[in-house]
Amino acid sequence: MSSILSNEKIKAFLLSILIFVVFVLLWQAIVSSLGGEAPEMDPEYAALMGATAKGASAIPSPGDVGSEIWGHIADPFYDAGPNDKGVGIQLAYSVGRVSIGFGFAIVVAIPLGFLIGMSPLIYRALDPFIQIMKPISPLAWMPLALYTIKDSGISSIFVIFICSVWPMLLNTAFGVSTVRKEWINVSKTLEVKPFRQALTVILPAAAPTIMTGMRIAIGIAWLVIVAAEMLVGGTGIGYFVWNEWNNLSITNVIAAIFFIGMIGMLLDQVLAQISRLVAYED
Amino acid sequence: MIDEKYISTQGLSRVFPSPEKLGEPVTVFSDIWFNVKQGEFVCLIGHSGCGKTTLLNILAGLDQASDGYIIVDGKEQNKPSLDRAVVFQSHALMPWMTVMQNISYAVKSKFKSWSKAKIEAHAQKYIDLVGLKNANNKKPSQLSGGMKQRVGIARALSVQPKILLLDEPFSALDALTRGNLQEELLNICRQTKQTVFMITHDIDEAILLANRVILMTNGPNAKIREIVQNTLPDDRCRNTVHRHPNYYPMRNHLMDFLVARSETFAEEISRSDYDPKNPPIVAPSANLETEMESENTTHISLV
Ligand SMILES: Nc1ncnc2c1ncn2[C@@H]1O[C@H](COP(=O)(O)OP(=O)(O)OP(=O)(O)O)[C@@H](O)[C@H]1O
Ligand SMILES: [Mg+2]
Repeated sequence: MSSILSNEKIKAFLLSILIFVVFVLLWQAIVSSLGGEAPEMDPEYAALMGATAKGASAIPSPGDVGSEIWGHIADPFYDAGPNDKGVGIQLAYSVGRVSIGFGFAIVVAIPLGFLIGMSPLIYRALDPFIQIMKPISPLAWMPLALYTIKDSGISSIFVIFICSVWPMLLNTAFGVSTVRKEWINVSKTLEVKPFRQALTVILPAAAPTIMTGMRIAIGIAWLVIVAAEMLVGGTGIGYFVWNEWNNLSITNVIAAIFFIGMIGMLLDQVLAQISRLVAYED
Repeated sequence: MIDEKYISTQGLSRVFPSPEKLGEPVTVFSDIWFNVKQGEFVCLIGHSGCGKTTLLNILAGLDQASDGYIIVDGKEQNKPSLDRAVVFQSHALMPWMTVMQNISYAVKSKFKSWSKAKIEAHAQKYIDLVGLKNANNKKPSQLSGGMKQRVGIARALSVQPKILLLDEPFSALDALTRGNLQEELLNICRQTKQTVFMITHDIDEAILLANRVILMTNGPNAKIREIVQNTLPDDRCRNTVHRHPNYYPMRNHLMDFLVARSETFAEEISRSDYDPKNPPIVAPSANLETEMESENTTHISLV
């Protein structure tokens, strides 16, 4: 049984490698067929970009990107002024902002979600506000945040907070309101006090749903932080991408995309691990 | 001295709002009067949907009667209490806790000042009592249906309640497991002189376990049709109970009720002087000379 399973795993792994190799070869083939020449460029645009843009291929080869990524991994934390920081530093800024915004969202969403989930009255009263706030793009809050907070870093954190709070709030409320009546009844017959009941029955019962909300939230937060940092600039991986685009370093842009994907996956995996800890089989 | 009215229900009724808007409210049952003696095992039999679970929830304090009172040990009750432990129809174990944790949780709720070691030792005693060996660290999802019911029973017993309320605890089990668990429950309750109120669908279960069987008519507006005194000896056991001459009179009487008489209640009472406060008491027996249990006991002979 387990050997069949691991066999499947090995096959899937080999297939993944094959797909990757084919992708890299295709990429290389496309780059070579363009013969290292710059693609047709609007003359005005070319003039605007100056001579540097000419001659070099706009699409870097997989080798270029690979060595660029390796370069970043080898020296992730160098700091050579505001416009030239290691990708590690930029990622750390972004992860830091996401963590702080996400942390605040947890502190607000989970207790509030408990309240909404336990009280149909509060749920009905807050529902219209939630329904209106939820579909607002988190970036739409940015001007308001910049205007009131007057700090780009904190404004990004606020935007992360706003975008992660809804999925956590709704999932917590849903998880709490759908806790099986019989478990509540058990705790009632044991004369368990409300606070202990919330901690020992409702929280563990709703934990898998709450974790689902957190996973959705961290995914959204990581999408949003890149856009937010592009908007406000300064530091962070979003700013890095935009800065490299302005430098017309497509190689670096692709390398950054790779890092964004890797960190996003890592964040999701961390939460997936926690989900596994609180999961239960009914 | 044994308290004859240890549990006493006085004119209980339960009305639910109509399922449709503007419809008539539904009276599940009304005017329910009965007593349970201290140390007595009482079974409640009735068709599906007649309101048995609703009645048990009210006894447990998990639901409120629309009318009437419950007196337990001389005091009116309307809240859940550690004195009345419930074994739920669907076992209701916490799936994220192990067997030991499930039972310890109950023990800790009752004996708040105990040390962890003392709580676990006490819980272990009840795990052993229901014959669950080597399952302490298993989660409910890793247990069979019968094992889960045992945990549910152990949890209820572990708080040493004055009254045990059981809602069809064995209905989801196969016949063999059910038989074994019935026997164990009977032994435990005899040893501890536990007062038990149990819902069942199973006539043989009622004959084996109950001192008295309360028969409930079909809903809506269900009533207690009669209370059947168990005429079999107190030391009855599963393997020999069916050889006793009173077994078939008991069984046939209960079967007749479930098959036919539970439906024709309205007709029957119009022809008799039915009093909900004193439902008829019946003692089915093979022998008409059996001592009369009370003034309004009717003896029915089927032989
Ligand atoms: N919360 C509720 N709201 C409205 N009606 C209810 C509610 N709970 C139960 N009922 C109704 O009350 C009646 C009795 O339900 P109950 O669960 O007590 O039946 P039961 O005798 O335990 O049946 P079973 O043997 O199938 O378990 C049913 O007709 C049911 O539809
Ligand atoms: Mg029921």
